Amino acid sequence: MNPSMRDLSAIAPLLIVAGTGIVAVLADSVVKRGRSLSPVLAVAGLAAAIAFSLPALGDPAASAAFGGMVRTGAFTSYLTLVFCVSGLLSVLLSMSYIDEMIPERGEYYALILFAVSGMILMASAWDLVVFFLGLELMSLSFYILAGFARGRMTSNEAALKYFLLGAFATGFLLYGIALVYGATGSTSLAGFPARTGGLHQPLLLLAGLALLMIGLMFKVGSVPFHMWVPDVYEGAPTTVTAFMSTGGKAAAFSGFLIIFAPPVLIAQPALRDVLAVVAATSMVAGNIIALAQTSVKRMLAYSSIAHAGYILSGVVAANPAGSNGVLFYLMTYTMMNAGAFGVVSLLEKVDGSMLTFDECAGLSRRSPLVAALSAVFMFSLAGVPPLAGFFGKYYVFAGAVEAHYTWLAIVGVLMSVVSAYYYLRLVVVMYFNDNPGGVSPAARPLGLAAVIIAAIALTGFGVFPSILLGLGARCF
Amino acid sequence: MEQHILSLILFTPMAGALVVALLGRDASRLIKTVGLLFSLLALGLSVWLFLLFDGARGDMQCVEIIPWIPTLNVSYNVGIDGISLLLIVLTTFLTPIALLASWESVTARLKGYVALMLLLEAGTLGVFMALDLFLFYVFWEFMLVPMYFIIGIWGGQERIYAAIKFFLYTMAGSLLMLVAIIWLGSYAASLPGGAFTTDLLRLYAIAPGIPMGIQIWMFLAFTLSFAIKVPIFPLHTWLPDAHVQAPTAGSVILAGVLLKMGTYGLIRFCLPLFPYATFRFLPYLAGLGIVGIIYGALVSMVQPDIKKLVAYSSVSHLGFVVLGIFALTEEGMQGSVIQMINHGLSTGALFLLVGMIYDRRHTRLIKDFGGLARPMPVYAAFFMIVMLSSIGLPGLNGFVGEFLILLGSFRSAFLGSPWYAIAASSGVVLAAVYLLWSYQRIFFGKNERPENQALTDLNVREIAVLVPIVLFIVWIGVYPGTFLAKSAASTKQLIHRIEETRRGSYAGAAIEPGHGAQPGDRR
Repeated sequence: MNPSMRDLSAIAPLLIVAGTGIVAVLADSVVKRGRSLSPVLAVAGLAAAIAFSLPALGDPAASAAFGGMVRTGAFTSYLTLVFCVSGLLSVLLSMSYIDEMIPERGEYYALILFAVSGMILMASAWDLVVFFLGLELMSLSFYILAGFARGRMTSNEAALKYFLLGAFATGFLLYGIALVYGATGSTSLAGFPARTGGLHQPLLLLAGLALLMIGLMFKVGSVPFHMWVPDVYEGAPTTVTAFMSTGGKAAAFSGFLIIFAPPVLIAQPALRDVLAVVAATSMVAGNIIALAQTSVKRMLAYSSIAHAGYILSGVVAANPAGSNGVLFYLMTYTMMNAGAFGVVSLLEKVDGSMLTFDECAGLSRRSPLVAALSAVFMFSLAGVPPLAGFFGKYYVFAGAVEAHYTWLAIVGVLMSVVSAYYYLRLVVVMYFNDNPGGVSPAARPLGLAAVIIAAIALTGFGVFPSILLGLGARCF
Repeated sequence: MEQHILSLILFTPMAGALVVALLGRDASRLIKTVGLLFSLLALGLSVWLFLLFDGARGDMQCVEIIPWIPTLNVSYNVGIDGISLLLIVLTTFLTPIALLASWESVTARLKGYVALMLLLEAGTLGVFMALDLFLFYVFWEFMLVPMYFIIGIWGGQERIYAAIKFFLYTMAGSLLMLVAIIWLGSYAASLPGGAFTTDLLRLYAIAPGIPMGIQIWMFLAFTLSFAIKVPIFPLHTWLPDAHVQAPTAGSVILAGVLLKMGTYGLIRFCLPLFPYATFRFLPYLAGLGIVGIIYGALVSMVQPDIKKLVAYSSVSHLGFVVLGIFALTEEGMQGSVIQMINHGLSTGALFLLVGMIYDRRHTRLIKDFGGLARPMPVYAAFFMIVMLSSIGLPGLNGFVGEFLILLGSFRSAFLGSPWYAIAASSGVVLAAVYLLWSYQRIFFGKNERPENQALTDLNVREIAVLVPIVLFIVWIGVYPGTFLAKSAASTKQLIHRIEETRRGSYAGAAIEPGHGAQPGDRR
């Protein structure tokens, strides 16, 4: 089948990002000064992809392309936006960070672009195989990016760990796809919920869905498949972590929303309850372990496990409020987590040593701006209104309460209190303590700009959440 | 302009904070002046509001509704009745005083300080104005942030511990309230023809019909959050830390205004939304109020530190307010409302006075003083008036509130026993004991220490800070009608509604909520 013009225009953002990636690789090797060209290309490509995905945001009806393999519409465009924003923020943060850390940065930006293409493919998947394709494209790029700081043991360890465990999880996912195919006779997601009813082999489907769920749980980094998160997030270059923990997580959650759409989950109460327990344990484990961390990056890594739990409660809710909440959460989480890791990337030393809480002491005196920005991210992560992080939590918990999962919401809010303790600890050291030997932010105007943009967006989406919610409401 | 008066009052301090944030870091005089001007502007507007307000009406006035988050049916919905009116005026009254009080004592990072004080004022005003539970919650939580920084940056030795404890304690309580708010919204949606709503007035009509088994949990979630804020014994342990460690102005606002958010919440939300659960729990809550009165007073008595003494006396005074609320009589409720104002004035002034002596001597231990009446006669006179107001001397404000509360709880059909009032009145005696005794130790006796002999009396600025408070202490004591008249109709309507609910519940089992719908049943 030859793709028609309509097909190609349907996946325009994907083509742009992937195309820019290829150009960046070529530019790197062909053009003399190509190396300094590639970040510029990346920014241009991502910005163009955003521009192309905007028109479809208002288009509620999903339409299929490529013979029903991918779909377009508000949902896909919204998530494309999330991925591109995540990519853009990371590229801006990386620009001189990566130069300072690794002189031979080579294909770094191309890999970010390929990862974004993978994510977009996942969010536009209308067939399990396409979803798998996107997931692999994203994961392979991540494996390389995680180990990009070649000279550092931790980075190598991160890459190896992520690859081995990730490959294992991919196996689960693939096996799940096979079983679902066996049970329903198709890998297409169009009309998927309808086909799951009245099967001869309901157990086969259940097993397939369970395996799919395990694969996705691994990718979002929820308990009990979270073991890789702290090591990988800590070992990878910080700008890569900022990207993986936001775009990567959002892409995996798009899988939850596509495959485990509300009708599917409601038809499988056992899986839904398992997912609820997973959400609760992620919140508990992530938050409690984060309490004990001395490295800021590791604290953020554990906190991201907890956030996976919060977002999962929106999936468990399986109602419009919950799904809409997940979408809202993914965008705001991208802003606040990329921002938080961005601050870490500005503060940490390039020799690969981990930024500790003590080193941040007294930052508010040395750099009031960066300290204020970190405070915004920390309060938003803790869910203090009127920052956007609060609204994200509100929506997913509202969905859970509406779906009779009130206990999940109660666990969530209690764990938010725990999380407030360690998020505030960073604010405490920055504002209330003093340490003349502490760190000062590196002079990276672009990185700083990215962090400022994220903070402004968090405040804006907090005071006017309707901007995002209105978009999200069109997606389902 | 009149229909936007509430928004004007609310956004004036916010605008002030923004302007202050844009000023240069070193222009300290300018920063202080601009901050003070904005807080005075808010005060002026709220005086205008006070005059505009029609005390004969018990419903919400000056209501403004602007859709905010349509997908959730949340709107920017503000309005006031007589109870919130008085608290708004108190807030705008105390903020300029607090700013003026810290005119010289705060020098480090002045810009942040003034901006945060103004943000704190805005957050508090929002709490008292919000007529949408969601909006209320946003302000309720938001106000923690400036207070957290004020304690943590400009506080005393143990400020970090106190700031974190304050934040986490309050947040723990309020997040459960958030779940209850969401539950209420979905309950409204589950009713026939209903939609998700957090509009308070709409929920007033709906919520009493919640099945008793769940209403109890809703009530407890809300009450826990407010009880921590008040604080009701045994949830008061954050208070001494926060009060003692906060800078003077922070303590003034904390005691004067923030604690009232808890009692205000009980009145505004717990009673009208969950009347049946209130009936069930009121003996316990009134009992805890009395425990607080006596416990707070006894602990105050043995404090070596004046600031801690004042902090614990808050527990005692707020116990009166809680008792008055749960007496569910007009007198008790009116007494509680006026007592909230009284406590804001008296305790605010006490913290100011403690701050003034601390600025001079850098100690707050009673044993370090003695015979201060001789070098500081003006200071001693102010301290005397404020102390007597706190004790509840007739002719000063404290008497009016405590008398009405005791009267109300004595007559209360809900409490059903005069023993509550009798036990509470022992608190009045104990207050006299701990305050007079400490006064004696500080101001009378021999002035033996050279550093105490050399103390200078209050300066003009300090007197200017205290005079307005003392003016109102006397005004309320002599002619409380000015203020009581504003809140009379609102409390009357509240009590009337509760009385009707009770009569309804006596009429038959049909009203006692039984097996209503639950959220989600419509699916």
